[in-house]
Amino acid sequence: MPNIQPYQNPTYFLILGVALLPIMIGMLFGKKLHWYQTLISFAFLVLTFGGVKWEQGIALIGYIVFEVCLIGLYHLYRKKKNATWVFCSAVILAIIPLVIVKVTPAFENGQVALIGFLGISYLTFKVVQMIMEIRDGIIKEFKPWLVLQFLLFFPTISSGPIDRYRRFVKDYNKIVTRDKYLNLLDKAVWYIFLGFLYKFILAYYFGSRLQPMVAQLALSHGGMSWWVVAYTYVYSMHLFFDFAGYSLFAVGISYIMGIETPMNFNRPFKAHNIKDFWNRWHMTLSFWFRDYIYMRLVFFIMKNKLIKSRITIANLGYLTLFLIMGFWHGVTWYYIVYGLFHACAIILCDAWLRFKKKHQARIPSNKFTEGLAIFITFNTVCFSFLIFSGFLNVLFFHGTLN
Amino acid sequence: MKDQVIEILQNLTGSDEVGKDLDVNLFESGLLDSMGTVQLLLELQSQCGIDVPVSEFERSEWDTPNKIIAKVENMQ
Repeated sequence: MPNIQPYQNPTYFLILGVALLPIMIGMLFGKKLHWYQTLISFAFLVLTFGGVKWEQGIALIGYIVFEVCLIGLYHLYRKKKNATWVFCSAVILAIIPLVIVKVTPAFENGQVALIGFLGISYLTFKVVQMIMEIRDGIIKEFKPWLVLQFLLFFPTISSGPIDRYRRFVKDYNKIVTRDKYLNLLDKAVWYIFLGFLYKFILAYYFGSRLQPMVAQLALSHGGMSWWVVAYTYVYSMHLFFDFAGYSLFAVGISYIMGIETPMNFNRPFKAHNIKDFWNRWHMTLSFWFRDYIYMRLVFFIMKNKLIKSRITIANLGYLTLFLIMGFWHGVTWYYIVYGLFHACAIILCDAWLRFKKKHQARIPSNKFTEGLAIFITFNTVCFSFLIFSGFLNVLFFHGTLN
Repeated sequence: MKDQVIEILQNLTGSDEVGKDLDVNLFESGLLDSMGTVQLLLELQSQCGIDVPVSEFERSEWDTPNKIIAKVENMQ
């Protein structure tokens, strides 16, 4: 049985285009072919998780059964009672598979956990989100079929963007007018072609051509050199175009299926400060962290009056958020340092914004300061990506690319 | 009710602008952030007696004083 990873090559897009045709025709005539959509979703999941990756397929099935049961049981419980410890246990149970997958390589010499599969983190975000909204009483009904559609929505299963359950279900059930659908198709085509440019031309050039070259030069030079600086920018461009390209595909394909999956990037390198950057970079992830970790933590601390100072609460929130984000990327020193680096950057940024507000009259604001702000933000971010890349780990401790 | 919400917003943002322009975008103008949002929810709870869970807070539905007033009036 063949195995094709999502959005990797022209064949995948060709098969996808043909498979989506009936959906497009249906949508143009105001019909949603839900059964057909389920059929091709299943087929594409088999393509991704079947063949040589069959072990991942089994892991995915086990994971889905476990999480859907967990959501269902918690919903059943929540209809009658609402104890905090049950809620916390449900969240912990939901993230246990992901924790095992993330921690295993750190303790087993890089070996991956058997229960892992492509996209497990993104599915976990969706599950935790549902449990929290069930607790808040915002998700009132448990419909296993819709939960499955939401979790297993194939265009976004491997790396997001992370949608929200209530938003997804609304789109899933909604019939759109022909004009509106043509508009969606128009955008979808634009996104997919922009994605081709990003992923197959720019990310390829930076990632497969330039990056190995500068990496080799930096390593043969050893220690800190201008080649490390070059690597920083080349890697940053590779990271952005690769992920933004992928995200454009995922959003474009979702649109064709009538689901308006939220965008993941909004010109991140135009950000004026780090806070602004996180509103533009991997947005569905940062908004997830903002809404389900930061705001909830701040709400909890303020409501129970645990800490008085607003500034301390905000900073504690940032540290928690970015440390969790670091660990989520993987249990290695450079991911955790990356998280801490961003926490410090955003704490500094907040302090600067407070200072600026206080001394508004004396701080100039013009085209030049704006350019300077963008320049500083861009370089700070690129430096953080150098940490994130793990290249320093190779440079300092190994000396060669394996 | 309207005045009460505006007063809460003025206290939170430390600016009179929210009282003058009821359609100002609170997030884009930097008047409100996540921290301010949480405070807003807590104030609405204690002063107006309405309970808004954090997950109910969709930024685009709460981003101007007018929208917030409409929400609050709706929920009472």
